[in-house]
Amino acid sequence: MLTAPKLDYALLAPILIILGTALLGVIVEAFVKQALRARLQLVIALAGISIALGQLYLVRNQGSSIAAVTSVSIDGSGIFIQGAILIFAFLGILIIADQDHFAPQASTLPGSIEEASALESGKQQTEVFPLTLFAVSGAMLFPIATDFITLFVALEVLSLPLYLMVGLSRRRRLLSQEAALKYFLLGAYSSAFFLFGAALLYGYSGSLSLNGLTDAIRGSGGNDVFLLLGAAFLSVGLLFKIGAVPFHSWTPDVYQGAPTPITGFMAAATKAAAFGATLRIFYIGLDAAQVSWKPAIAGIAVITMIFGSIAAISQRDIKRMLALSSIAHTGFVLIAVVSLNKSALSATLFYLVAYGLATIGAFGIVTLVRDSAGEVTDINRWVGLGKKSPLVAAVFSLFLLSFAGIPLTSGFVGKFAIFSAAYESGNIYLVVAGVLSSAIAVFFYLRLILMLFFAGETNGSVSVVIPSVLTRIAISISAIATVVLGLAPSLLLDVAQNFAYFLR
Amino acid sequence: MSILTTLQLLPLIGAIVVAVLPVGNAKLIKQTALGFSLLVTAVSLFMAFSFKTDETALQFTETRSWISAFNINYSVGIDGMALALILMTTILVPIVFLAGWNESENGRWSVKVFYILLLILETMMIGVFAATDVFLFYVIFEAMLLPVYFLIGGYGVGERAAAAMKFLLYSLFGGLLMLAALIGLYVISTNQGGGTFDIAKLSELTIDSATQNWLFLGFFIAFAIKAPLWPLHTWLPTAAKSATAGTSTLLLGVLDKVGTYGMIRFCMNFFPEATKTFTPAIITLAVISILYGAFLAIGQKEINSLIAFTSISHFGFITLGIFALTSQGLTGAIFYMVNHGFSTAALFLTAGWMIKRRGSSNIADFGGLQRVTPVLAWSFFLAGMSALALPGLSSFISEFLVLVGSFAKYPVAAILGTTGIILAALYVLIVVQRSLHGETPETNKGILDLNLREKIAIAPVIAVLVVLGFYPKPVLNAINPTTQTIMTHAGVSDPIAKVAK
Repeated sequence: MLTAPKLDYALLAPILIILGTALLGVIVEAFVKQALRARLQLVIALAGISIALGQLYLVRNQGSSIAAVTSVSIDGSGIFIQGAILIFAFLGILIIADQDHFAPQASTLPGSIEEASALESGKQQTEVFPLTLFAVSGAMLFPIATDFITLFVALEVLSLPLYLMVGLSRRRRLLSQEAALKYFLLGAYSSAFFLFGAALLYGYSGSLSLNGLTDAIRGSGGNDVFLLLGAAFLSVGLLFKIGAVPFHSWTPDVYQGAPTPITGFMAAATKAAAFGATLRIFYIGLDAAQVSWKPAIAGIAVITMIFGSIAAISQRDIKRMLALSSIAHTGFVLIAVVSLNKSALSATLFYLVAYGLATIGAFGIVTLVRDSAGEVTDINRWVGLGKKSPLVAAVFSLFLLSFAGIPLTSGFVGKFAIFSAAYESGNIYLVVAGVLSSAIAVFFYLRLILMLFFAGETNGSVSVVIPSVLTRIAISISAIATVVLGLAPSLLLDVAQNFAYFLR
Repeated sequence: MSILTTLQLLPLIGAIVVAVLPVGNAKLIKQTALGFSLLVTAVSLFMAFSFKTDETALQFTETRSWISAFNINYSVGIDGMALALILMTTILVPIVFLAGWNESENGRWSVKVFYILLLILETMMIGVFAATDVFLFYVIFEAMLLPVYFLIGGYGVGERAAAAMKFLLYSLFGGLLMLAALIGLYVISTNQGGGTFDIAKLSELTIDSATQNWLFLGFFIAFAIKAPLWPLHTWLPTAAKSATAGTSTLLLGVLDKVGTYGMIRFCMNFFPEATKTFTPAIITLAVISILYGAFLAIGQKEINSLIAFTSISHFGFITLGIFALTSQGLTGAIFYMVNHGFSTAALFLTAGWMIKRRGSSNIADFGGLQRVTPVLAWSFFLAGMSALALPGLSSFISEFLVLVGSFAKYPVAAILGTTGIILAALYVLIVVQRSLHGETPETNKGILDLNLREKIAIAPVIAVLVVLGFYPKPVLNAINPTTQTIMTHAGVSDPIAKVAK
């Protein structure tokens, strides 16, 4: 006889609430009048996220590794990252609510009569709200999952809606759809790698759980070919999701092609979720075999940082440039993965929040700079923006300074925390590599600020649209957080330190 | 709340007040900014009078927790060296405001932004010398680059954007090296019982010599870029050429002093062993800087670049004095830092007035100014005399102390450095002769002499140079305890004079 598994609903509630809200969104799509949908969807999504955040806050000090038998482990790091993802989702939805970025009817062919008539009839894209929430639910499950099946399911729940969302852009639809297809195909490959790695590890350890894997490594000494192959394949899947070199090639294309609000959300939330899972797998599942994988991941961290920083210099498109800068940031966080100590864990938690908020804000600003044909992403046409719209240019510069890690911004504190954790763990060469690539990266961030403020002429055809109230709120929150976390980082650092633990 | 905190807050409050004033009323903005900077001067003078010169401990200290996770504190406190540099800063700022009354009006942005940037910069300039927590120092050290970046790029002339970029990239690169060394120091302190950024505690760590060498280099390169030491100086002439006279004054007079200040406060204090290891190399670089800066200054056709190269030469003297590791050399170097601040201010400000009046910065375009503008010409002449360290002016005393102090240990370096004095006479007298004397060309006949505002601005600078030239005792008294503390800590003593009996 089968007995139903015992579930701890209070701890799982945040994910369940988001899933429920997403399903409610689907029902709204089916039954509510077209005219009301956009507003209703927005309210439902924001309410769902708020309730989930509230529930997460209530259970913040509880931890359990048996909340859903042995499939998930709800612990400090998991709860912290879930909270971060929910906040990113909240801000992301505020920007997504500006319907102007999305195709009125995604199923129409670009350039077809159907598309024209959809545009004319004033249809609105509202499926994006439930899709976002589905992605969020996957993102929340991914960092707490402790067995390979749950990890894989979470990965797919996270990824599938994103593939669709990338293709929803209203303008330059071919580029957007190309990006979606590219992301989907490469994502499918990486999922296959992940699954293959999981299968090999199962073959090696005879267990699907991370704990079982650790026990097996401790028992056998950790130099088994199946273990090494399995860990390598699993890492490929993870490194693809976080966008580390050499599995990064999708990042610039997808960041560029996707509707900008989606790019911002993706860059922040996906990265947080994927790093949450990566940290758990390497800290819990594979730490006993660290001698085998540490040099490889450290090498990838160095290459990723330096590649991202150098490649960004030559970019002429603002979204591609931010994509490459996100690759460089991935490299910095990978330093923390290799460092394997508590300070590295809390540093990562802080870094992910600081980076995520600045990223959402920066892409939020990209949505505002437009000409008659939509967003302007060519950097050369951003020249002189500081004259036309000083406030927008100043806030954007603030985000860039934070990415560059200039003191008094949150990015500096994050970088400092990660570097000191790496030094503490003895990986001094990683600190040196990090410092050098920061020096390279500073160059293109500053060059951009230079173009915004110090250029002689301005570009007449480009204008900054007045942001909607919601976009304004989202960008303001990101900007304020970037400054406050730079001036008084203790507010978040202390929290991150309290939450920096994993339950086995 | 310590008086040091008040001193830092005042300009910041000034910046906020200026920010809410109406943009159109430039005069009110300028007056408010000047008012606040004078208030700061008054408070800093009050602080100087209550400073006890016979104490070696830090004074006016205050500590508050800032980032508890890393045991980072807002902690401030000053010794004689810091006091001298803070006083120099607070006196120079109102002078810069007054001297460059109109230089904010041709910028990319409004007058308001100019004064907000300058007042924020003043807060940071005070803070950087007052900080006794290395992390706090680092944060200000880096953050103060931004106001200067915008001041050069927004209000400068010529290739201002490129100059601003070059300045910032150089400085940030140095800053990142320092960050790596700083993290190293923090982790070492963690391993030796409790991570800290407190300067006093960090200087008591025991660090093995290989690590010391690396960390020393991390700090030293950052400071050598800042103070510009050959071969890391190339950003300075472009920046000085493009910045306004006031910005250049603060950049070379105050900001670059953070470099030499840091060498004393951090490099020598934290890494006494590495200091001794690297001393011969640094002395060599210092001598090269003295001669290189002087030779290039002789060849300059542009007046601001000339001043920049003389500064490179002078920073060579300061570095020589610091790393001679004798009490005379060190005292001389610290005193030199103060004198150089005023002497460069005099040069840049008078040169700035000349350039503005003539509409050109080429030395060849001037000539015969002595006859048309006697007050301006005399001011420029005195500034030049201070640059060549004429006896009777304060820079003579400091240069003499540096050379005497270094001769005791490094006679060759001191002798080579002395030739720098001769070269200084050349580059100063050449520019004085070409611009002030001779026939007055037709184009220069209409040039007006200094007005009252400008006279009020330059008078205190010249007064300081002359008074300290005859009576340097108050400053030297304040500096001496610092010198002794540093010498004792670094474990060096003065060589005993070998006198033939």
